[in-house]
Amino acid sequence: MSYLNLFVIVPLLTVLAILFTKGKKNAKVISAVGMSIQLILGIALIFMYLAERKVNPAPMLFTQDNLWYQSLNIHYFIGVDAISVSMICLTCIVIFAGVFASWQVDYLPREFFISLITLSSGVFGFFISLDLFTMFLFYEIAVIPMYILIGIWGSGPREYSAMKLTLMLMSGSALILVGLVGLYFNSAPNGGAYTFNVLEIAKVHIPIEMQRFLFPFLFMGFGVLGALFPFHTWSPDGHASAPTAVSMLHAGVLMKLGGYGAFRVAMVLLPEAATQLGWIFIILTTISVIYGAFGAVVQKDLKYINAYSSVSHCGMVLLAVLMLNKTAFNGAVLQMISHGIMCALFFALIGMIYGRTHTRMIDEMGGIMKVMPFLSVCYVLGGLASLGLPGFSGFVAEMNIFVGAFQNPGTFYRVCTLISCASIVITAVYILRVIGIMLLGQVKHEEHNHLTDAHWYERISAGTLVATLLIIGLVPLWLSNMIGNSLVPIAQKFLAVIH
Amino acid sequence: MNLHSFLLMRHELMLTGIALLILFIEIFFNEKRNHAIIPICISLFFINTVIGFLLPSHSGTLFGGMYKTGELQILMKNVLNVGVLIVLIQSVKWLKSVENIGKTNEFFIILFSALIGMNFMISSGDFLMFYLGLELATIPMAALAAYERSKNKSAEAGVKLILSAALSSGIMLYGVSMIYGMTGSIYFDDISTAFTGSYGLNALALIFFFAGMAFKISLVPFHLWTADVYEGAPINITSFLSVISKGAAVFILSIILFNVFRSVIVMWQDLIYITAAITMTVGNLFAIRQTNIKRFLAFSSIAQAGFILLGMISGNQIGMTAIIYFVLIYIFSNLGAFGVATAISNATGKETIPEYNGLYKTNPKLSLTMMLSLFSLAGIPPVAGFFGKFFLFTAAASQGFYWLVFIAVVNATISLYYYLLVVKAMFINHNDEPIAYFKSDFYTRLGLLICLVGMFVIGFASNIYEFIFHVVSKI
Repeated sequence: MSYLNLFVIVPLLTVLAILFTKGKKNAKVISAVGMSIQLILGIALIFMYLAERKVNPAPMLFTQDNLWYQSLNIHYFIGVDAISVSMICLTCIVIFAGVFASWQVDYLPREFFISLITLSSGVFGFFISLDLFTMFLFYEIAVIPMYILIGIWGSGPREYSAMKLTLMLMSGSALILVGLVGLYFNSAPNGGAYTFNVLEIAKVHIPIEMQRFLFPFLFMGFGVLGALFPFHTWSPDGHASAPTAVSMLHAGVLMKLGGYGAFRVAMVLLPEAATQLGWIFIILTTISVIYGAFGAVVQKDLKYINAYSSVSHCGMVLLAVLMLNKTAFNGAVLQMISHGIMCALFFALIGMIYGRTHTRMIDEMGGIMKVMPFLSVCYVLGGLASLGLPGFSGFVAEMNIFVGAFQNPGTFYRVCTLISCASIVITAVYILRVIGIMLLGQVKHEEHNHLTDAHWYERISAGTLVATLLIIGLVPLWLSNMIGNSLVPIAQKFLAVIH
Repeated sequence: MNLHSFLLMRHELMLTGIALLILFIEIFFNEKRNHAIIPICISLFFINTVIGFLLPSHSGTLFGGMYKTGELQILMKNVLNVGVLIVLIQSVKWLKSVENIGKTNEFFIILFSALIGMNFMISSGDFLMFYLGLELATIPMAALAAYERSKNKSAEAGVKLILSAALSSGIMLYGVSMIYGMTGSIYFDDISTAFTGSYGLNALALIFFFAGMAFKISLVPFHLWTADVYEGAPINITSFLSVISKGAAVFILSIILFNVFRSVIVMWQDLIYITAAITMTVGNLFAIRQTNIKRFLAFSSIAQAGFILLGMISGNQIGMTAIIYFVLIYIFSNLGAFGVATAISNATGKETIPEYNGLYKTNPKLSLTMMLSLFSLAGIPPVAGFFGKFFLFTAAASQGFYWLVFIAVVNATISLYYYLLVVKAMFINHNDEPIAYFKSDFYTRLGLLICLVGMFVIGFASNIYEFIFHVVSKI
């Protein structure tokens, strides 16, 4: 019985506990307790992982392997390396903050928290799985509650956005499924049983024609969730309509499922195809990065600004993954963590500000800094991290990505890297514009003067996220060493393929 | 007839016994106490289902090879029995209604005869027995579809069913006659060795036979009768038609394709490839436009039949296992959806999707059951439909049909759209006059509970899949 099982069991127990209680208040209290336990488990996991890593050189730690469907050789196989550990901790922090950010949900609160936590259990399951079947199972569990969450508790054109988001993500999973069964039936070229085991498939050499066939399916499939251009259109609508906690979880964690899956499944299992066909996706991700940034500049709705900024930042993750060296991979993982925290922070703050001013249009607000100092300072800190200021997590991540990307020789890579680099400047434009118009200056509406600053639960939510941003920014080497350790064998594999 | 042959034919013999017993019991009930016959019939059938599972299953042939049975056939019959049991439980409320007084026993007798026909069909060893079983399964169904004598639509459904069944039988018999002409035999064993060769008359025979069966499974383009019959027939009969009839026809078609037409596998793989792609797409696109819940489920069941073909196209053990496993899951999920629709229809008479608006506010448990059933039909975990669909796709991919799998998963996404429309109606849409709260009776709740438990257990309990795989591997 591996420690990792707890990450799925605790959310499930929380859901069951909510199911069997009545009363509006209990649901949020139970969720808060459950997710606090989850957060403690997550932090403990880092230290347990580091301690175990010193004595155990195996690629995956805390593994547990149970045979599930014998005749198809499907296993319940779980385990983590540093990448999954950091993703799990990210999820713990974001869901913890998310529960506190939705403290004021009073329409069907039980159903809300049940859906939210079911979703998170899918995400945790996805990150611990090493068997493609279980991974896919958890992936779908993570996607479908989104429809109900946005449809019932969303705002604006919620029914349209919810349907669009669900159908686009499910089309993504349709592509993934074809890729998965393709991998399965090519996992035993020398006879023997087929397998869904990620580690086993990584060892076999899949015929190159098959790799070329499967790679686009898998990369695009995960790319849909990672907001790869032109499959990103669900993201602005979805995020804008979703309730606060759902936007947080979605931008903060679910989009990382895309990046993580594209890396761990599409890239690592099909290395030759990744080197040969990578250029197509490098072009698409470059467009994502630039297009997302420009999109954010012209938007006036806070949520749309952040949604487009997510497209840009997640594009950077996919771009870094395609650059095929250790520095860039390291940057990709750091960017996933950094963007996850930052984006969750933004969406939390936007939700809190919107709850008070009842508008998300930046033109209609002004001087918020005077009225809500705590929320505004948090927003500025998040903004600084987002534009990559040293001392924050964003800097470390982007530095790694662009250094890694520039290590690739060849004009094509250089040009794409340079174009993507420009997004840093554009990011500064839209972040500073929002800060200037909305937070600084005179208060535009008389009634805004009477608004209150953050409540205790909102302080917990935003405070956790800001603290994480700062911690990562101040001790980046510690984190990047931990991750880098797990990336060495993967980077070596690609080095061997390229030469 | 000795004990051994009784064991071989136990499903058919016991059912015949029960049907005759009901005729006999009826004498002791006058019209007013007619209700009491319902629990008796259900318990008799329950005992029959249990005995069907418990007695050892041997393989063997009877009547000089016309009747053939083995573990696989017995498993299939057991699966159908489970489905029929749920249908019976769900029908109780409707059978007790005023207009059905005095003809409840007929319902059971006719339904059991249809089931006997299906059992014979599954166990057939030659085309004669197969055809006998098929007709015995179809004609009572027409009587059941027209069961509500006072309603025009019900009568229309009965006539449509019998006419299209007759036409499809004709087409199929034409195919069978060609097969006989080519091989000189109607026995499956003889045909499987003699039916070979390249495209020619045998392709024509295969197409005619397949077209006839496609009518029964309602594959596109032979699906036109389905929606009208499903809509017109009483809703419990519709659920029987969409689950049990379809399941039985799928079983026998896969047995015949896998065994009898083994040597021309390439030929029927092409046929199924095209049919599957069209069936899934057309079924799904038409389902989007439906507002009547019965028509909606009718088109959804057409699309589901298209998915089942993905298991058939593989022609191997994984495929056969996936088909049986999927039909088992499909029984629970579709009957879950039909169960909720039945409960609402019986309590309020409402059968359209817009009328379901705001159902969650008033009837949360029914809405949740409906949602989980629809998720299972759409193939969303953690309910069992996900596993069923995944294994069907795996089966098709095992023969390298990756593009067909792609078409299928895209279709699964389209199907999710219209299933979500129902979920949206129940959970999201507002309604000033939602269906008022009502308390379902014991049988309705029992039926839905069985479906829910089935949906959750079958997926995660891999033993069921392994058991089916084990049984399939023996043939």
